[in-house]
Amino acid sequence: MSKNINVALIGNPNTGKTSVFNALTGLKQKVGNYPGITVEKKMGVCKLPNGVKANILDLPGTYSLNTTSLDESVVVEVLLNKNDKSYPDVAVVVCDVENLKRNLLLFTQIKDLKIPAILVINMADRMSRKGISLDVAALEEKLDTKIALVSTRKNNGVPRIKELIADYASLSADPNVDTSRISPEYFSRLQKAFPNEDLYKLWLVITQDVNFTDIEKKRIEDATSFSTKSKTELKKLQHKETVLRYQFINNTLKETYKVDLQTAKGLRASLDKILTHKIFGYVIFFAILLLIFQAIFDWSTYPMDFIDEQFAIASEWLKNTLPPGVFTDLLAEGILAGIGGVVIFIPQIAFLFLFISLLEESGYMSRVVFLMDRLMRPFGLSGKSVVPLISGTACAIPAVMATRTIENWKERLITILVTPFTTCSARLPVYLILIALVIPEGRFLGLSYQALTLMLLYLIGFGMALFSAMVLNKILKIKSRSLFMAEMPTYRLPLLKNVGYTVLEKTKSFVFGAGKIILAISIVLWFLGSNGISDDFKNAESIVTQRIEEQGLTPYSKNYIQNNLDGYSEEGKQDSIRIMTPILKERARAQEIAGYKLEHSYIGYAGKAIEPVVKPLGYDWKIGIAVLTSFAAREVFVGTLATIYSVGSDEEETIKNRMAAELDASGKKPLFNLASGISLMLFYAFAMQCMSTLAIVKRETNTWKWPLLQLLFMSVFAYLVALTAFQILN
Amino acid sequence: MVTVAELEHGQKGVIKDFSNDILPIKLLELGCLPGNIVELVQVAPLNDPIYINVNGSHIAIRRTLAKQIEIDIQEDPKAI
Repeated sequence: MSKNINVALIGNPNTGKTSVFNALTGLKQKVGNYPGITVEKKMGVCKLPNGVKANILDLPGTYSLNTTSLDESVVVEVLLNKNDKSYPDVAVVVCDVENLKRNLLLFTQIKDLKIPAILVINMADRMSRKGISLDVAALEEKLDTKIALVSTRKNNGVPRIKELIADYASLSADPNVDTSRISPEYFSRLQKAFPNEDLYKLWLVITQDVNFTDIEKKRIEDATSFSTKSKTELKKLQHKETVLRYQFINNTLKETYKVDLQTAKGLRASLDKILTHKIFGYVIFFAILLLIFQAIFDWSTYPMDFIDEQFAIASEWLKNTLPPGVFTDLLAEGILAGIGGVVIFIPQIAFLFLFISLLEESGYMSRVVFLMDRLMRPFGLSGKSVVPLISGTACAIPAVMATRTIENWKERLITILVTPFTTCSARLPVYLILIALVIPEGRFLGLSYQALTLMLLYLIGFGMALFSAMVLNKILKIKSRSLFMAEMPTYRLPLLKNVGYTVLEKTKSFVFGAGKIILAISIVLWFLGSNGISDDFKNAESIVTQRIEEQGLTPYSKNYIQNNLDGYSEEGKQDSIRIMTPILKERARAQEIAGYKLEHSYIGYAGKAIEPVVKPLGYDWKIGIAVLTSFAAREVFVGTLATIYSVGSDEEETIKNRMAAELDASGKKPLFNLASGISLMLFYAFAMQCMSTLAIVKRETNTWKWPLLQLLFMSVFAYLVALTAFQILN
Repeated sequence: MVTVAELEHGQKGVIKDFSNDILPIKLLELGCLPGNIVELVQVAPLNDPIYINVNGSHIAIRRTLAKQIEIDIQEDPKAI
């Protein structure tokens, strides 16, 4: 079997490169990371007309081979390293017909690397509307290449790309521009020092911040046979190079590319006028945000409830089908619940990326960046951080994934680190129950205290995110250019195929990337919560049963049974009461056993062990346990307390009443009072209690360093704030 | 010295020179070269960043960067 051809797909951002990639490879795509860094590596396979297969590597979008970000460095590294197994046999350079002049800059650079290059001119369907005429044959001759006119939207021209790739051996590999003309004297010295190397390659190695090329930078710097130049001199030469390339391009296009401005009527101007308007611009943006919120908060609850139900059914089924034992428990309550904990996030992730990719594909996202940039600047962020930060209000996981659009690494890292402060939807159940318990009913200027508290918690979260961004911006010593520049692409109707691929790919990357870690941690948490070493744990059932026989059910359980029976007695259904009483008694017994077991499990002991630590915050060991189990997901707080207090977790009102009845150590005051309640809410506002977020941060930063720092800093901070609040209020 | 930062809505200018030698190369690559025409398309609501069209590239830049691009303002937009 013949070897596959390596094809590198290169192009400026916003040229429809991804559409070309999707058209060439279909669903045969694989997304990974380049080793050691967090740049996305997209690969796909395409079958050529001559039967040969081509490995298509979709390189990150770049304006040129002058790198300013990690993504762009990857492009140069792939193109410079002949020994690498993904070194391309042929490069496919994708251009947008409307921006041909600018796009050709990158093309001439690829040509000068002596890599056979095919020019794909995309969006050809817009030519007539924009008044563009193109002499393809003349352009092919001047650029010394083969051209495919393509419209991925109309599905035209893709077979032509495949033919050209198959026939790559016949392409010319001669350069377009002679770079040495920018400084003949310097380049001739360079050539003398390295007679066997290609000049343009040497030039790129000298000027670019790249590693892993087959020419070592150090070798060049150590060579004394020619004098190296200062940074400023090199910069000036790079400017000259750009001017030289534009001269070549202008000459090339003068006769082959014509735009009749009369026919060119743009949607751009009129849409921009509304979408970036001083008032309407923000109104529209907030309306869109509202829609996104609605989807993530509200619409996604339907599939999420469905997933929850299905996993509960499956778990129940497993327990009833398999022989009882440790293994069955592990499978039904540990592994299956863990997988459920991963799958449950899919609707939110899918919805967020559906919107994000629609906004990006249409070109609107750049306008958001434009509108919001000034507002974010005092915090060391740019307009590009707005969407991730706001999405964090729904869930930090898709929000952290959404930071990939921020090219500047420092800015992206800061956004990733501060996003978990924004109030995510998992904090909501905790806030709601605590607010109902400790915040008095009453109104201030017509607004209820409880509503105001909730709003304040949201503001605190957002404010803390911005504040820590400002601090991080000062203390993080990461070299990165603070240049802000955003291209404002033409408005386009989003291609549903591209949107679909993005949603699919993001969902997959969450499930397989972060999912493993989440599953592992949830199994550990399950194990710790359902196993214990002491005799108390092992004999929980007999101990509790004996206690019930001797002292009867706890007053709380009796209340629970009575409340349930009350409904029947009102309707006078004596039969129902007779049937239900033993069932309810059994249920109460099971609840008491579960509570007793949790109390004596590993986690229960851990909760008791940390009691001295959480006591100054106004918590007892039961809350301590709930705080620990919240690490699986914050909303677990309520469920854990329900188990410890031995109440069925199905009714929120029951749990609330039970919590309200709980007294603190002195036995005089309710445990959940204003001081401890506020301390607890503040703790939940600031603490990093979400293993799924940690897992995704690990994935996105490619190291454990940042998630662990995040965990440490946020938790310590939360502790101190909660401590202060409790001590003052108490 | 007049710079891109002084352009008014819809006004055009011809790029003369850069006050800073090490102007980001990216800006040049997008077509911001001496002799090319630059037009102010939009100003963000808070007066910054600005959105320009240079050589057919539509880009948003901050004012600090715009101040480094010297231009000759074309008084009559129809003359271009």
